[in-house]
Amino acid sequence: MIIKGRAHKFGDDINTDDIISAKYLVTIDPVELGKKCMESIAPDFTKQAAKGDIIAAGKNFGCGSSREHAPLSIKGLGISCVIASSFARIFYRNAINTGLPILEIAQADEIKGGDELEIDLTDGIIKNITQGKTYKSDGLPEFMQRIVVSGGLMQWIRSRTSV
Amino acid sequence: MAYTITEKILLKHAPGKQDIHPGEFIWAKIDLTLANDITAPLAIEEFRKAGAKKVFDAKKMVLVPDHFTPAKDLKSANQAKLLADFAREQGIKNYFEIGQMGIEHALLPELGLIHPGDLIIGADSHTCTYGALGAFSTGMGSTDIAASWITGFTWLRVPQTLKFIYKGKLKKWVGGKDLILYTIGDIGVDGALYKAMEFSGPVIEKLGMDSRLSLCNMAIEAGGKSGIIAPDEVTFEYIRAARCRLQAAGNKTRSLQPEARSKLKSDSDAQYAEIKEYDVSDLEPQVACPHLPSNVKGVSQLKDVKVDQVVIGSCTNGRISDLRVAAKVMKGKKVKSNLRVIVIPATQNVYKQAIKEGLLELFAKAGCVISTSTCGPCLGGHCGLLADGETAIATTNRNFFGRMGSPKSFVYLSNPAVAAASAVTGRITHPDEIR
Repeated sequence: MIIKGRAHKFGDDINTDDIISAKYLVTIDPVELGKKCMESIAPDFTKQAAKGDIIAAGKNFGCGSSREHAPLSIKGLGISCVIASSFARIFYRNAINTGLPILEIAQADEIKGGDELEIDLTDGIIKNITQGKTYKSDGLPEFMQRIVVSGGLMQWIRSRTSV
Repeated sequence: MAYTITEKILLKHAPGKQDIHPGEFIWAKIDLTLANDITAPLAIEEFRKAGAKKVFDAKKMVLVPDHFTPAKDLKSANQAKLLADFAREQGIKNYFEIGQMGIEHALLPELGLIHPGDLIIGADSHTCTYGALGAFSTGMGSTDIAASWITGFTWLRVPQTLKFIYKGKLKKWVGGKDLILYTIGDIGVDGALYKAMEFSGPVIEKLGMDSRLSLCNMAIEAGGKSGIIAPDEVTFEYIRAARCRLQAAGNKTRSLQPEARSKLKSDSDAQYAEIKEYDVSDLEPQVACPHLPSNVKGVSQLKDVKVDQVVIGSCTNGRISDLRVAAKVMKGKKVKSNLRVIVIPATQNVYKQAIKEGLLELFAKAGCVISTSTCGPCLGGHCGLLADGETAIATTNRNFFGRMGSPKSFVYLSNPAVAAASAVTGRITHPDEIR
């Protein structure tokens, strides 16, 4: 699967309160949550982000609370993929489970806001069209790939057990 | 094969496995699952979408409406109702309305629901708290929890373990909160990413259970998958007391498995990703400065920081020992003028005990307000948000940008003694300064 979009740049340790503030956790509607995505740290982000755009961030993206509303708000806004140098573990699980594509690359810091990116999710290749660079992500461990290929955790569970 | 305590618990919960290694994926049997009024609604939705009708075992489920309760607005009231309805429909006895309720990570241990050697998952990041009782417990999202409600299992990647050894003798006013803040300050907010944190050494052995719960509670703030302390006499005495309390109240207690009494511990030749040793004899109370729990300084470096609000409570520091130490500091003193001090006993039981011991009267007379149990201000939910430009010192666990309200506010994290001393002076204060 190929994703094309413009990068929006965020720093290190972007926590789930940054992604979606707790005061908005009174709904589970991704579109509603998406309207408030990154509100406190980047108030204009929801206006600037176009459907299919990409978040690029530093280390430990998604640290903090376990709220699945965080990846849902990113998806609800129409963001197609998050690239970071590392992800906090609960966010990582939540992204896999909810079907938000995420990629870990050491060179995430090289990506600048506004860069045009083309991502091949199958082989984890990220082309930075603006900078003329190519990065390779290790991709997901085989076990997690099976969950993603099934269409998310619940589908994978269903393929294993009779509900 | 030599194992850490975490590897031993995981192996015991992985049917059919003869051995276990860090990095491998296992399908693990669950002893208890947990969700709250923010995370359960999403889990219930996923459970229904999957076409599931019955949960795998209603006895192994806990639902606690604690974040936005008593309901802060209509939407949160409707969310909390989803839990009540689901609990009734599925026959889940471990659902707690306000009045019996408490902040989940204070409530579950208090109810004797957590035993050493258990494997527990919860849709709340501070589920790692229960490691204080020698359980493997970790936070996950709602979909993971929904899947476990159907299967009784969850997938886990066996973590590497970081071992922390604390040596020396703690000074007065220094406890579990200071140990964990100091540790996060040393290793950073991703210093234990994907790893289990094993806390050990002579200082830990002498630490009371409430302090151990504070310590393990914040493992997630270092990125840890779990925090754990090997069970010992302190653990067994805590569980025994919880069971006595429940039996005296005529409640059924969970049967204690033989392994819950055993000396479950890491093998002496177990493999660790790293072993860190700290001599904490000279450690003063620690404070995490805005806007990360790793931005830690000794309290004496911050005495010029003025505060507008003090919060004493949360799943980190709202237990009876925390209220006792805060009361000890505030006894005979008054809250500084133009300062708001909010005391939140973590559970109804802590609340009742604090009444019995005269602590709530002491706080009220000093000029504090006392709230019913709720996560409330910790996550900027309700019951004490910060305005633009305001500063708080709180015994909570996160001081992220805008966490307690305005994105233009500032949160400092400390132990209850420092928070109480700051309530008296209106600035960040070492308890020795006023006692």
